[in-house]
Amino acid sequence: MSMHERIGTIREAINEALHEEMRRDDRVFIMGEDIGVAGGVFKVTAGLLDEFGPERVRDTPITEAGIVGLAVGAAMTGMRPIVEIMFSDFTTLASDQIVNQAAKLRYMTAGQTSIPLVIRAAMGAGRRAAAQHSQSLHAWFAHIPGLKVVMPSNPADAKGLLKSAIRDDNPVLYFEDKMMYNEKGPIPEGDYTVPLGEARIHREGTDATLICTSSMLYPAFDAADQLAEEGIEVEVIDPRSITPLDEETLVNSAIKTGHVLIIDEGYQNYGVTAEIAARVQEKAFDYLDAPVRRLGAADVPIPFAPSLEDLTIPSADQIVEIVHEMRA
Amino acid sequence: MVKAKKDLIKSPKDVSTSGLPLDLLLDMYRRMVTIRKFENTIYDVYSRGIMPGLAHLYTGMEAIAVGVCITLRKQDNITSTHRGHGHLLAKGGDPNLMFAELLGKESGYNRGKGGSMHIVDLSLGILGANGVVGGGLGIGTGAGLSAKMLGEDRISVAFFGDGALNEGLFYESANMASLWKLPVIYVMENNHYGEYTPSSRSTAGTGPARAEAMNIPSVSVDGNDVLTVYQAAVWATERARAGQGPSFVECKSYRWRGHHMGDQGDTYGYRSQEEVEEWMEKCPIQRFSKHLVNNDLVNPEQLKAIDDEVQILIDDSVEFAKQAPYPDPSEVFEDVYA
Repeated sequence: MSMHERIGTIREAINEALHEEMRRDDRVFIMGEDIGVAGGVFKVTAGLLDEFGPERVRDTPITEAGIVGLAVGAAMTGMRPIVEIMFSDFTTLASDQIVNQAAKLRYMTAGQTSIPLVIRAAMGAGRRAAAQHSQSLHAWFAHIPGLKVVMPSNPADAKGLLKSAIRDDNPVLYFEDKMMYNEKGPIPEGDYTVPLGEARIHREGTDATLICTSSMLYPAFDAADQLAEEGIEVEVIDPRSITPLDEETLVNSAIKTGHVLIIDEGYQNYGVTAEIAARVQEKAFDYLDAPVRRLGAADVPIPFAPSLEDLTIPSADQIVEIVHEMRA
Repeated sequence: MVKAKKDLIKSPKDVSTSGLPLDLLLDMYRRMVTIRKFENTIYDVYSRGIMPGLAHLYTGMEAIAVGVCITLRKQDNITSTHRGHGHLLAKGGDPNLMFAELLGKESGYNRGKGGSMHIVDLSLGILGANGVVGGGLGIGTGAGLSAKMLGEDRISVAFFGDGALNEGLFYESANMASLWKLPVIYVMENNHYGEYTPSSRSTAGTGPARAEAMNIPSVSVDGNDVLTVYQAAVWATERARAGQGPSFVECKSYRWRGHHMGDQGDTYGYRSQEEVEEWMEKCPIQRFSKHLVNNDLVNPEQLKAIDDEVQILIDDSVEFAKQAPYPDPSEVFEDVYA
């Protein structure tokens, strides 16, 4: 650990980025449900109200379309809003404002305006919260030109990517896995940014590539450890943002290892795994020793019962099994 | 006694229109005629097959946009609707750039990438027409929020139709505007039809009553009388500028043409020719010109001179648009991201 970082959680890393960016730029403000007095249902925004006051840390009614709608208007007229949508499932309520307004205004106006807006939302299953509080809908937004989609997996990236998202002049959706808020790791101090569109190779390997987003990094690490015991060295890569996507790093790894598995907690049907698989096969087909494989959430509404819910989330065991199949 | 509030106008009726400067009255007339001629020209051009896509004409509703926008300053914001040409022209939009946009030309406001329903001119505070019914209400309210947060001397007007009154975004936005006392004016243009369905079959209760339920002071006025609309707008803008929060103004009017250019005459059988003619008798421009002439404020020749000047302006805008180049194919990939 260097002098310039500390060990902290993803929650703390996001909180730190919010504080730093609001100090840096008066036009940055945050609004959402229970983000002020209560500090957010996941306590991510704790302390902001005390430092920045109720004008810039704005508790809203439960009114997702309105929150995003006002943020788009504020972004067009000089502000740089950050919006918290408590559960990413509720982005559905704001989808016109995100998809038809925020995403398109720059293009439709031929660059007359830009929408510097960050929408933070908690994603992912595992919280025993059932089908309306557990989804991972990031692929929906990655489908829409004009939006950027960011998915941090660890504290350092959480901080650096959020700071970049806030400074970006485009609408950025920033998905936080709700089961990872307590995940610990180094948090670089001060003005640490991570550019959007740069994948991170977490572990180098020569035998297979695991491309994993957000919390899927952790079962991928577990699987990599298990496979290493068998002498199989896998490369673990986190794209960090799915729009823009660092295709080059992913393709180069595919060329190197010849075996690629993509793991993402969104639904497998028409999902992020499908998109990345297609791109890797288009660019690395001649170097592949097996078809690209993918592993997403089971294509069912997320069930409540813990015993059932666990079956829907990609696991280390499944990853190990698929790597074995690919190499068979 | 709170002295500071003494000057606030209690009701639109307290706004005097008897001593308005002639310049202002002629400006109102000119803007209404500009909208009328612009829309009539679209009708002709569209009918000749030169114009692609959709166009929703504002004909018959000119007094609303003009009565409201004449009270606004350049830095004030408006958000408009799919039926937006009138709002843009009333706020000072350039007919050349508008017509070029309607024809999908590079010289258009949006370089041909937006078309009729998406014209924006930030230099005039125009945050855009909007293709989604009610879609601009959040943006218009957000502009009020930014004005308040930045301490900027501007207000925001969100135009919307009776159809949008039933969209949830109206309540979500107006609720926050009322809670936070944002400088926003909600101008509901009640032309009595949401597309092909009369508001009697789509709207329970009234717009003003719904706004009042959120503690937003509201009025309902004759939207075909530019001076009445002006009174309501002055009342509402002064409230907004004084930090008193949002107001709601319902303006009752009628669109002479179909819902859009593809719906002329009796295509959908949703309203009678008698009804259309009845409303055409209430023409806002004729009504205003009679008022001006009958009160000896102007003579008919002055108005005729304005008509002729505007006609040249609009004819020139069509010519400008026709001559303008189409966008370069490379532009299809421009401006997806900032």
